[in-house]
Amino acid sequence: MKSSKEVGIKGYAGYVPRYRISPTEIGEVWGKDGARMGKGLNIQSKSVPSPDEDVISISIQAAKWAVKRAKLRGEDIGAIYVGSESHPYAVKPTATIVAAAVGATPYLTAADYEFACKAGTAAFQTCMGLVASGMIKNGMAIGSDTSQGAPGDALEYSAAAGGAAFIIGADDLIAKINYTTSFTTDTPDFWRREGQKYPSHGGRFTGQPAYFKHIAGCTNVLFEETGTEPDDFDYAVFHQPNGKFPVKIAKKMGFTMEQIGPGLLVPRIGNTYSGAVPLGLAATLDVAEPGSRILVTSYGSGAGSDSFDIEVTDRIEEIRERDVPSVEDVISNSVYISYAMYAKFREKIDRGEW
Amino acid sequence: MTIPRFWREIKQRYKGIGVECGNCQRVYFPPREVCPHCRRESIGKMKERELTGKGKVITYTEIHEPMSDFKMMTPYIMAIVEMDEDVRMTGQLVDIEYEDVEPGLEVDVTIRRLGEESPSGIIYYGYKFVPIR
Repeated sequence: MKSSKEVGIKGYAGYVPRYRISPTEIGEVWGKDGARMGKGLNIQSKSVPSPDEDVISISIQAAKWAVKRAKLRGEDIGAIYVGSESHPYAVKPTATIVAAAVGATPYLTAADYEFACKAGTAAFQTCMGLVASGMIKNGMAIGSDTSQGAPGDALEYSAAAGGAAFIIGADDLIAKINYTTSFTTDTPDFWRREGQKYPSHGGRFTGQPAYFKHIAGCTNVLFEETGTEPDDFDYAVFHQPNGKFPVKIAKKMGFTMEQIGPGLLVPRIGNTYSGAVPLGLAATLDVAEPGSRILVTSYGSGAGSDSFDIEVTDRIEEIRERDVPSVEDVISNSVYISYAMYAKFREKIDRGEW
Repeated sequence: MTIPRFWREIKQRYKGIGVECGNCQRVYFPPREVCPHCRRESIGKMKERELTGKGKVITYTEIHEPMSDFKMMTPYIMAIVEMDEDVRMTGQLVDIEYEDVEPGLEVDVTIRRLGEESPSGIIYYGYKFVPIR
């Protein structure tokens, strides 16, 4: 899909909560060899939100930084879409609270998205369409999550918290989005029913027919339609439910570790779900040079992928200086906590009536 | 707190909107109708001013007997912060250990959960402070 008008990224920022827990610590509680589990998943630690953090607070922090970096005012934003599978409210949009916090209210359109781990990139595409059609000047796409795995489940070793915000527009671009493709099927690999606290998944079924098929399918369509190949890109960001899958798909498709390295955050912060690809892209933009070309492919269970061909402009150097921390700055500020503290933070302890 | 009361203060809580006296340029947070220095001279001259959110810790303390909304974070730090606009704000200081805080510590505003009405009620968000690293 090529937009009729040139669109791209004007500003961005990522945020990850400060607390971390290690797979060893989790394994000890459930009688599992956590260190081995962590090695298998290629995860050394995962981020944990503090009790006063949720998708709304994470989204607001990323959004405020992104607006500042793009040197915009809140009222310049004509649309806000927040993609997440852990919105604090079942009914009452996260996007309205983010809009109020950045000063974008009341003249904007806003909504929340849900598509497992790819809701954030779905928000990118919506903003691209609105900007390219001339309906809005600037839109904000956010991917953010504070996901949970059931206690003792394999997901508990990876489900983490974090998010990133991107401002999509047509002028003052720090990166052009040359092309986007999507690949969507009905594949029940991972889901959460209404009212259920923890998700369910199909175990190994989440691999080959789900993650790998969709990422490869979507990326290959982008290669075909744009006449590109892995060598044409300086960097690549793939969805990262663990540290193993993105490395495997990258190698299979002909990408090197150097290409995916800057955007591969999962070994240090875990799977931030809707935040994973946006955070990986933000970290990549932090180190990219003018002219760098970045391939991005997200994956959301259920299932679908979105791919983007992104080209960095000269303006990237200018906005780096603007008093907004890099993803590396944010991630490196971390503190490990015990499983007991983690259980408290994540409301896994029944407190009765306080 | 009732919903309308919280809702009326959203601008202050999410964006740090205070007021500036058009007469003496002093900044106030939370907003005041009249400047206590200029009094009637300031009437009709108080205009909205968004704080930068940056400031320095003047003094701080650690709370061990919390109100119910803060039980999950006890003990927690409360600080009086002098903002860049020369106005003081009181708020929780998060993402830092008590022993690492000292007067003069540079902080920035962040928006966090302040509490909730009940598990089925609305969630209150508002400003807290984090150290600038």
